[in-house]
Amino acid sequence: GRGWGTARATGMALPLLLGQLLALMGPGDAFYLEVRELEEKCFIQEIPDGTVVIGNYKTELYDPAMEKYQPSPQWINLFVFVKDPENKNLLARQYGPQGSFTFTSQSPGEHQICLHLESIRFALFYDGKLAIHLDMQLGERTNDYAEFAAKDKLTQLHLRVQQLVEQVELIQKEQEYQRWREERFRQTSESTNQRVLWWSILQTFILVATGVWQMQHLKSFFKAKKLV
Amino acid sequence: MGPAGARPGSPPSPPLLLLLLLLLLRAERPRGAELTFELPDSAKQCFHEDVERGAKFSLDYQVITGGHYDVDCYVEDPLGKTIYRETKKQYDSFTHRAEVKGVYQFCFSNEFSTFSHKTVYFDFQVGDEPPILPDMGNRVTALTQMESACVTIHEALKTVIDSQTHYRLREAQDRARAEELNSRVSYWSVGETVALFLVSFSQVLLLKSFFTEKRPAPRVAHS
Repeated sequence: GRGWGTARATGMALPLLLGQLLALMGPGDAFYLEVRELEEKCFIQEIPDGTVVIGNYKTELYDPAMEKYQPSPQWINLFVFVKDPENKNLLARQYGPQGSFTFTSQSPGEHQICLHLESIRFALFYDGKLAIHLDMQLGERTNDYAEFAAKDKLTQLHLRVQQLVEQVELIQKEQEYQRWREERFRQTSESTNQRVLWWSILQTFILVATGVWQMQHLKSFFKAKKLV
Repeated sequence: MGPAGARPGSPPSPPLLLLLLLLLLRAERPRGAELTFELPDSAKQCFHEDVERGAKFSLDYQVITGGHYDVDCYVEDPLGKTIYRETKKQYDSFTHRAEVKGVYQFCFSNEFSTFSHKTVYFDFQVGDEPPILPDMGNRVTALTQMESACVTIHEALKTVIDSQTHYRLREAQDRARAEELNSRVSYWSVGETVALFLVSFSQVLLLKSFFTEKRPAPRVAHS
């Protein structure tokens, strides 16, 4: 990829290669959750618009004979469904037993990410246990500082400052998103306020009007019955 | 694939050192997960993580929506011993240094609730944060003032990001309540109007029926 030419020149080819391998290795022995086939697990991510979400995953199948988890065979697939805050489908795809899925949010708010495993063979899968190792990352974090340093020949201090700059950008983005959320909250509260006000007035009118109608109707009824 | 430039008998070359450091880095990368998930009523959800001996891990969790905003949580070590157990907590933080290497399990349970499903946020971190470049970890000299300042700012910013997360969760909680209140007001208003009409009409009809004589069967006049 880009930067290989300069990398070779500065003798950083090997660490770069390793860095890229590390990135590809995915969640490794990361945390996992146990599922059965077709059991859907959903996660919620509240993110601003334009955020890239990368989910690295690895699935494993429990082998009762060996009493441990083994990597899944190729006929176990992961189905990923992502819904945006307006319940529109952002992603609905089938992936292999290991890899990564990615999507970019179009609107800010709560996104729902649902996963379930299916065996694509038609034979009904025995009641086995499966494990999904999952590692979800938000935004485009520059994890590969080695490559960054080699490309621009930066000092360690410069790298530290770069890390701080990225942190501050993350904070800024979150604050902007928070401003949008607060606006929505305020709109909901004001709408509730309005509704309570107008419905109370309306209901008082209806109450009075119904009372007046009742009296008139009964009065004419009693007059007809010659009781009044 | 051997390291470039290594000759037999010579001390390990820098690329090899870097290779070793990177492999070590892989083993001790701060792994963790920060997820929000839905826990249906009467359900339990468990997560597992492989932890090395001596590594410190921390678990933060908070209930965002649902019922009384509480959940049961327990953490078990690989030997099955419960190292943390709390019932009906709204939020908590738990850290532990792993004494046993193996798969640790932490579970959230909503089994005490029969009809409210909960949304739970948790943040599970294992290990310490590695330096941004591998060779920054084993310095011989002390940090310069600039670098110390950078480290201080970095730690402070991490605190800011953490508190932003908690603020975001509380805001989500309040917004969910506000939206629920809004829809309840709508439904209740419509329902009450309908009930008002029904009650007034049936009152009138009932009163009228009290004063209406049952018509007797017409008698045939006998002459």
